[in-house]
This record gives sequence, structure tokens and C-alpha cells, in this order.
Amino acid sequence: MARIIVVTSGKGGVGKTTSSAAIGTGLALQGNKTVIVDFDIGLRNLDLIMGVERRVVYDFVNVINGEANLNQALIKDKRVEGLFILPASQTRDKDALTREGVEKILDELSQEFDYIICDSPAGIEQGALMALYFADEAIVVTNPEVSSVRDSDRILGILASKSRRAEQGLEPVKENLLLTRYCPERVERGDMLSVEDVKDILAIPLLGVIPESQAVLKASNLGEPVVLDQESDAGQAYLDAIFRLQGQSVDFRFLNTEKKGIFKRIFGG
Amino acid sequence: MSQTGIELKGSGFTLSVLHISTTDISVVREALANKIAQAPKFFEMAPIVANVESLKGDEVDFHTLKNALQSLNLVPVGVSGATDEQKLQAKAAGLAVMVAPKTNSTENQPQPTTVIERVEVPVIERVKVEVPVEVKVPEYIPAMQLKQNVRSGQQVYAKDTDLVIIGSVGNGGEVIADGSIHIYGALRGRAIAGAQGDSQAKIYCYNLQAELVSINGTYWTSEQLQKHGWQQAGCIELDGEQLSVKALTE
Repeated sequence: MARIIVVTSGKGGVGKTTSSAAIGTGLALQGNKTVIVDFDIGLRNLDLIMGVERRVVYDFVNVINGEANLNQALIKDKRVEGLFILPASQTRDKDALTREGVEKILDELSQEFDYIICDSPAGIEQGALMALYFADEAIVVTNPEVSSVRDSDRILGILASKSRRAEQGLEPVKENLLLTRYCPERVERGDMLSVEDVKDILAIPLLGVIPESQAVLKASNLGEPVVLDQESDAGQAYLDAIFRLQGQSVDFRFLNTEKKGIFKRIFGG
Repeated sequence: MSQTGIELKGSGFTLSVLHISTTDISVVREALANKIAQAPKFFEMAPIVANVESLKGDEVDFHTLKNALQSLNLVPVGVSGATDEQKLQAKAAGLAVMVAPKTNSTENQPQPTTVIERVEVPVIERVKVEVPVEVKVPEYIPAMQLKQNVRSGQQVYAKDTDLVIIGSVGNGGEVIADGSIHIYGALRGRAIAGAQGDSQAKIYCYNLQAELVSINGTYWTSEQLQKHGWQQAGCIELDGEQLSVKALTE
């Protein structure tokens, strides 16, 4: 049975798709058979971030409507073994997803995969509800700013009341906080909420802190998940988070401003 | 789910009952409007039953009554305590005829009840004598207790009792109680105590950062709270007409 993990946030533009791509790719790199499912019907982005946009033939909605089978729609990643992408439809809207249809596809994927990463659209409407309904676990992507934290709080409330686990009275959806676009310099200046501030408000376990990084933008534009860029701080921070997701204990990095060492001062950073 | 797509079952609901002692609907409307002004949110679109028992069969204009209730944003569902003639008129006005429950208690406050208990008293001659003793037992409604965070967009209402939350109330969350509210965490959202009218109700919290606090309809927004125990542990109570915040720790 696969672990179904929804990557969600409420607010848009905080890094859900980037995180879905990075975490899915990282899990596959570590030997887990992983599929990333794009639930953002009508605004499909995951295939761009994953660099597979030219290979999309059939999509999620085609499979739900029985116009294609799952194996026709799944795109196999060429870089990482055991990594697949199920793209969203660009021409339809979010009402094309039915609960029965989504359940059938997730059941089928569960037979084959270790991890199913559901990349949720922003908002708290149909699309987002569908993405989180069947989840066993949630990664709540949050930026260290007030509106993002508040939207995350809202989505946590929805996870606790509108997910399948909540409706059927099962063990609740496991919640993880992923803080992205973190900038220690701005926290020190008091322009940005700190890790502690966000943890205090949301009161859920911290999965990872991804520093604000040029590497993320570069990775998106190249269609290479940032986790493949092992030189970058963001890529390393995602890998740490993926270890934690699998139950390992890893120290948090990139939380403080970098102190320039003597060599960096002499030779330049 | 049955094959017909429906299922018909009996179920009990708690409804507000409006006791009418005058046939002058304008008087009723005005008195009700004043009542609603104290807690407008609570009454918004609330279903309501009109009890006409104390009119003893005097003619009531049910059409006007229904319109008056609707104009106050209430949902009139039915009439109770009506005579046969009134029942016909109520039906004509599109109101259901309800059977009033057989209780005398119309107060919200729990009434002490008298219970006879038998107590055995040993007597020196070793003769057992049973003596009836009167014991006063107050009707007790346990507090509603929640061990969770109340998150943005969630609403909790403790009817007829106190509310205890072991956790925090987030911005955009709302906790309401007819009694007092105790929050063992931060209050960042809204807290409304004494919702059905209790000036003795209080709000306690570990860390006061509320958007709004209200006791018996008197409220403060976060703007006013900034000057009163902001980010401190505090107890909010009604001091006459004014709210006040008292520190929980010295």
C-alpha cells in the first residue's frame, strides 16, 4: 500500500508544485517508487517544473473519463528510476474531478507505488478538497509571512474535518510543516516571521525549512527539480526534509545567517 | 442509503421558543428586535417557534407575526400552545403546529431539584429506622472540553455550558459558549462568552491576542485590547457596562 501525501497550502505561490516535484524526485532518488499527481486541473504546472511538458499525451481527466488507461497517461521520468508523473489537464476545470474517479485512480496507483504525492491547487475549493480528501499525510507548505500562515491554519482545519480520515473517524491525517522561501537575514531584521513564530501559531511538527534560493527559480526554468542540484542549499534542505519524512532524524540547517569564515573573507564567498 | 434515495427518520432539535403574551404584533416585534440587538449573530436565521399559550385563544394575526419574524431575519417554523381555532389559522399562514414538550421549566438556568434520599441511621437499640432526608441537587451540565487547536474558519459552540479548550484558537477561528470560556493556549481568534445572556461569564486565556472578545453582547476588538493585557495571560470579565482584563498571574 502506498503512502498518499498531499502537498497543500491554501495560499497560492508559496511553492507547492516546486516542493511536490522536489520531494517526489527525492523519494525516488532514495529508491522509493513514486508518482506525483497534478491536481491543479486547468493550470497545469507540474509537468513544466519536471521538464516533461513535451511528453504529455493523456492526462488525469482523460483517465477519470475512461478515455485512456493509467499506463498511457503516466509519464516516466528519464533522469530518476522509479519516478512517474500524472499530469493535469490544461483544457478542463476542477469540476472534472469526481470523488469516485479520483478514488479509483489512487487505488490503482496504490497497488504499484510506494509514495503518491498529490500536488494540490491553491484555495479551499473542489480541486484542493479532492487533492487532500484521500491523504494519509499532509505537507503544508508555508511562507514565513502572516497571510500564508493564516491560510495554512485554515487548510489544517479542513484536513481535520473534511478529509476521508476525518469523515470516517480514522486516525487523523499526519500533518507536516514545510517552511519555504526562508530568509534568515530578513528574520534577523524583523521583516519576516521566524521558524519559531510559525511553529508557535500552527503547532504542527516541522518537516523542513527551505531557504530562499536562486537555485529554485533556475531549477523551475530548466525543468529540473531543485533536489537534483546537490550544490544548492535549497536542494540540500529538501533532501533533509525527505529523510525526515521517512522517519530519520536530521539536524536543521540554513536557519541562521551565514557567518563568513576567515577563508571566505580573504578569498571571497 | 436506501434505494429510493431518501430516508425518513424522527429526530429532536433544540429550537428557540418565543412566548407571546400580547396580540399586538408590533409590540412583539419591537421587544424581539431589542433582544436580537444584544446578540445579532446568534439569532441570525435562527429557527423559532411561537408559543401562544398565554393568550388563551385570543385571535392572533399569524400572517403578520410570520412576516415580523422574517423581517428580523428569523425563520418561523411553527406555533405551539395553540387552541384548535388558532391551529387552523396558523396552518393557513403556512406555519407548522407543534406539540409543546411536557415540561414546566422554561428558564435557561438549571433549577435546583429536590430529591428524597433514604439514609440509614443506626440507633442504639439496634433498631434500623429509615429517615427520609431532603438533599438539594443542582442540575449539572458538564463543560464542553476540547483537546485541539481551533483553526482559522472553524467554529465551536458550547450550548448551555462552559467551554474548555486545551490548545489555541487561531486567527479566524471562533469559540462561543453560553457560559465561560477557558483557553489553555493563545487566543488569536474570536471568543464570545455568555452568548445567551450571562453577564457573569468570563473568558480566560494564557495569551491574549484576540481579534474580538465579547461577554453578554459587550465586545472589544483587538484594537481596544492592545491597551489591556495584550499577549499576557488574562481574564476578561464584564465590569458593569465595561469589559475589563485582569492579569491571571501577579
